[in-house]
Amino acid sequence: MSLPVTILSGYLGAGKTTLVNQMLRQADGKRLAIMVNEFGDLPIDADLIEAEGDDMIALAGGCVCCSYGDDLMAALTQMAAMQPPPDHIILEASGVALPGAIASSLGIVAGIRAAGVVVLADVAQIEGQLANDYIGDTVVRQLAAADLVVLTKGDIAGAAQVAHARTTVAAHADSAAVVEASHGRVPLDVVLNPVQIAIPQRGEPHGNAAGLISEVDVPEGEVDADDYARELASRTEVIRAKGHVNTAQGLRTVQVVGSQWEVSAPPQNAQAGVVVIRLKDPV
Amino acid sequence: MITIYKARKIITMNPAHAHTTHVAVRDGKILGTGPLEDLEGWGDYTLDDRFADKVLMPGLIEAHSHLMEGSLWAYTYVGFFDRMSPEGEMQKGSKNLQEVLAKLKEAESKIEDPDAPMPAWSLDPIYFDNVRVTRHDLDQVSSTRPIGIMHASGHIMNVNTKALELAGMMRAGVNHDGVPLGDDGMPLGELKGPDVMTPVSPFVGFDRDMLACDEKGIWRFGKLCVRAGVTTATDLANKLPDETVNMFTKITGQTKYPTRIVSLRFHHGISPEDLIDHAIALKPKSTEMLRLGKIKVIVDGSIQGFSARLREPGYFNGAPNGLWYISPEHLKYILENALEKGIHINTHTNGDQATQLVIETMTEALRKHPSSDHRFVLQHCQLADAAQFRKIAKLGMCVNLFANHHFYWGDEHYKLTVGPERAERMNAAGTALREGVPMTIHSDAPITPLGPLFTGWCAVNRLTASGRTLGEADKITVDQALYAITLGAAYTLHMDQEIGSIEAGKRADFAVLEDDPEEIGSDKLKDVRVWGTVQGGRVFAVADI
Repeated sequence: MSLPVTILSGYLGAGKTTLVNQMLRQADGKRLAIMVNEFGDLPIDADLIEAEGDDMIALAGGCVCCSYGDDLMAALTQMAAMQPPPDHIILEASGVALPGAIASSLGIVAGIRAAGVVVLADVAQIEGQLANDYIGDTVVRQLAAADLVVLTKGDIAGAAQVAHARTTVAAHADSAAVVEASHGRVPLDVVLNPVQIAIPQRGEPHGNAAGLISEVDVPEGEVDADDYARELASRTEVIRAKGHVNTAQGLRTVQVVGSQWEVSAPPQNAQAGVVVIRLKDPV
Repeated sequence: MITIYKARKIITMNPAHAHTTHVAVRDGKILGTGPLEDLEGWGDYTLDDRFADKVLMPGLIEAHSHLMEGSLWAYTYVGFFDRMSPEGEMQKGSKNLQEVLAKLKEAESKIEDPDAPMPAWSLDPIYFDNVRVTRHDLDQVSSTRPIGIMHASGHIMNVNTKALELAGMMRAGVNHDGVPLGDDGMPLGELKGPDVMTPVSPFVGFDRDMLACDEKGIWRFGKLCVRAGVTTATDLANKLPDETVNMFTKITGQTKYPTRIVSLRFHHGISPEDLIDHAIALKPKSTEMLRLGKIKVIVDGSIQGFSARLREPGYFNGAPNGLWYISPEHLKYILENALEKGIHINTHTNGDQATQLVIETMTEALRKHPSSDHRFVLQHCQLADAAQFRKIAKLGMCVNLFANHHFYWGDEHYKLTVGPERAERMNAAGTALREGVPMTIHSDAPITPLGPLFTGWCAVNRLTASGRTLGEADKITVDQALYAITLGAAYTLHMDQEIGSIEAGKRADFAVLEDDPEEIGSDKLKDVRVWGTVQGGRVFAVADI
């Protein structure tokens, strides 16, 4: 069994540290290994720390935190060889690192595999970051590599800004699910398995990560496809939806990613039914 | 005890006594220069005329090198160009892949332990039509011993099948831009970029902390300095843990060690706060021969690796823009705190966008913490244009341009990376001086060989390896080049009060030359023969090291 690694990316101040602390609190027996660039960036909440070494901190519940400094690959190799092995590695990339490049490098290290890329975006900052001459393209590349984007600090910025950021982010992270969560309150399993949120094909097993519900909705009778898709897109707990609905004009395909929605002509042999993936408990 | 050295000619870099014939030395420091009668008043002296037919210059200063150059000589050199080893053995360049393999085979046959890895260095396939070296080629040298060859750029490594096996990479399904695959779906053994090199490096004998250098390497580095006429050299990027500092202190403190080392703490792998604290803690550990407390910040990558940050119009071949190795926020923190606390910062910027970021960040930082004399240095600064140099001058910053790069990779930049116009302006020493920027030039050894006179030749002639003159307008004169590798370099290190010229009160650091660099001709500056050095009054002859 190879050791899964979730890459946690996002520009400075996006809330990576807060999320990591929340994950540790939710670990519930899972042995998480947190890897950070340097400890200066990760003030782990003091009550979680059991023992501190130069490059390694032992945390409550068998979790560890280590700094990889300037040699990520060597640190990963060491982590893969750790006994007993951790259940999951969460690799916090530096604010300017490209998570896509890191994900492809993970394939080089024997015994580990990339579980996906989670990119955090501060809803109040993301527009400015994208418009910045120096770091804009870096943030674009981070978002493009995301399997899951977590919009953070929405409670401070307000709903309008969240909606705006959601649209902006979706434009750059077209294959990613987008969720909003302040204070790092994202279900642990969502962060550990960001790829599983990807739309399952009909007939294939659905993603069953705890904290996410994947269900098939078959509206009764005929519906207006635009209204149906718009309503799904307006529900914050809905991450993705894809499928086909009966309308007065016949079968139509609806697709929802975050607040974005689209109605199109169905493929041949399509049947009515929409797979909806949503958070179990809006957090 | 006063010694007066008589020389054929002394080039002092002191305009009041630009050229003279005698220099008086006491306790490692210069009492004065001039004709003998001007110096006799200092009291009893010994007249030493061993340099009577030599030319003395201020000890040359290499302001951007790495001690790793010394460590690499423990490995097999397979570079294209002839290169002098620390022990004075001219290593012949390998002109094609067959010669590389032949050299490796010869070295391999001398290793007794059948399992010992074999590292080699300085391969540069751009000089043989960019032929791709593969594991199959290296398997001809040995199929049982792991072999790894570091490219001259330091960005690519070639390994054999055994090395891939040991690293767990000899398998199908490796999916990475930096790992080209063969028709069989297996890695070809070319590893591009640090991410894919580091998992294999330990198996081929490249120690992870090679940058920090080992004892043997430091001694070898010292020998290379004597051969190049260098009496002060920088070690530009070191983590400087206590054990390294202790080793450096011990070795450089020995009377036989010929080089003053300036070692900089680099920013990777440590928080900006800890970086500032470490630099402050390092500074008081400085000695006469080991200078600490400066910081190196790596802002972007390299141009030939397409990881440098470029402004528009970007890379000539359409490659996407490069990488930031530090966030603008952390750069700002470091510059502001360094200005406030008097720490000397050196920023590595290759691309002009990275340079622009430093310029703009520095402009703001200086508003908060005005400094009359910070002399922060833009290292490499290869693509800066005239407007940037004007701004750099206004900010009180210095540049250390990579003149050697022009010779070794100028053709590649012309054809591939930035295109003809910007390739011509790379390392624009002429512009820098015209715009009033304090400037020095460097080798970045081991990326290119240590040798300030060669570096000066590069800046004076701006020739590429293929013989193209790249950037006529940015040539500098021999006098400007000689200044750049002495007092110019000293200024950028905040050391011009003690080294860089031969004048009263300064360290008795001399480059002892067989030929006169002012007379030999600008096209032959690189051919000036070095007899040795005098460092702090101690004489080091190339013939004796």
